[in-house]
Amino acid sequence: MSVPAAAHERMIVRIPTVLRSYTGGRETVEIAAPATLGAVMDELDARFPGLRFRIIDEQHAVRPHIKLFVDGALLRDLAAPIPEALELMIVGALSGG
Amino acid sequence: MATTAKKAAAAAPRATTLLVATRKGLWTLMSDAARRKWKLTGPDFLGHIVHHAIKDPRDGRTLLAAARTGHLGPTVFRSTDRGRTWKEAAKPPAFKESSGRTVDHTFWLTPGHATQPGVWWAGTSPQGLFRSEDGGVSWAGVDGFNDHPQRKAWCGGDQDGTPDGPKMHSILIDPRDPKHMYIGMSSGGVFESHDGGADWKPLNKGVRADFLPQPDPEFGHDPHCVRLHPNDPDRLYQQNHTGIFRIDRPADRWVDIGASMPKSVGSIGFPMTLHPRDPDTLWVFPMDGSDVWPRISPGGKPAAYRSVNGGKTWQRQATGLPKSQAWWTVKRQAMTADHAPTVGVYFGTTSGELWGSRDEGRTWKCLARHLPHIYAVECA
Repeated sequence: MSVPAAAHERMIVRIPTVLRSYTGGRETVEIAAPATLGAVMDELDARFPGLRFRIIDEQHAVRPHIKLFVDGALLRDLAAPIPEALELMIVGALSGG
Repeated sequence: MATTAKKAAAAAPRATTLLVATRKGLWTLMSDAARRKWKLTGPDFLGHIVHHAIKDPRDGRTLLAAARTGHLGPTVFRSTDRGRTWKEAAKPPAFKESSGRTVDHTFWLTPGHATQPGVWWAGTSPQGLFRSEDGGVSWAGVDGFNDHPQRKAWCGGDQDGTPDGPKMHSILIDPRDPKHMYIGMSSGGVFESHDGGADWKPLNKGVRADFLPQPDPEFGHDPHCVRLHPNDPDRLYQQNHTGIFRIDRPADRWVDIGASMPKSVGSIGFPMTLHPRDPDTLWVFPMDGSDVWPRISPGGKPAAYRSVNGGKTWQRQATGLPKSQAWWTVKRQAMTADHAPTVGVYFGTTSGELWGSRDEGRTWKCLARHLPHIYAVECA
């Protein structure tokens, strides 16, 4: 499958508090503009080992209480092309005690 | 070790350290040599659901903890300096992509055989068996179980099972033979392997499964906790969903030893723990499994029950415990015993209290309170 090349050079990833132990406390991480959401996850895991598995399971599905917003739109498909994306916001959304 | 040296080691007073895994983190409780004074430290992993934490008896300094949070997927943390510092496993237990299955949480950790330093075993929810050969840094599925053609028949679907998810637990290694293993599954039953996990056979004859259509099925049972005695590895006990059972291998039929419990209390419970030296002595902590399964101490009156004759008879041990209106219970990993000359017995409650006895259950004292829901207690 051909994936469109990214139109922008950099993407901002907003890291929720639940994942900041992996990023050394950093709230945002800048990465080379990716072609897909999956590529973002791979890049994050390469830089912050172990992060990916905490939010994406072994079947490449986003875990139930994690939401991924790309430029404000909720995405769950890691293969989805995101060539124009400027920002990924990772949200840990959980109810209960 | 010479017999005299063994006796001297058993006779020496020693401090006890308990690893207390809870729904909100990991705490450590340390005693003085007399086990009269206790000091609570922690938490580690605050906010993490810690299902199990255990020390490696082979090196005395490696600890592993199985954890997740409400948001984040399951992982394993490891310490090689007795808990001073922790590092996450590089490759936590996860099913193969081709399986279509996902690990919800790692539930049980077992250090490997004494002759296999670095080997660890893990049981997951849903039921999966994993092995590490590098001290818990990286984990791989045990194909002999995870890909066994009968696995789904044994365990049911990944959505079936206990309210908190179906589980593999009680991974037991025969101290005489690293290839001889047992596992317990809720649900599924007890299974045995003679080849290090390459193949498995059910070992459930004699165990009631009155919640299933067949009265005496080959598998599908619900053992809550299975223990193997280190000094007599042919002796196993299990606290089951339907009662308490014992087996003495090579027999292949479990014996009901819960029938001698008081009828008003019953023989249902989650945990059991064994005396470290006497294969005939064990403790259970009954719970109410009647009606809609309240899973609390029967009548709000918690008590341990001890047998000193392999389950022929039981004695109630409640001195020091609340006499009424105490509606907690003890989970399957939350009861343990130390190795002191007069054995200490410990349990953690669903209400966040840690109770201990320094006289083999005759009297109990609350050692810590106001903790989160306790999932597991292990001597470190």
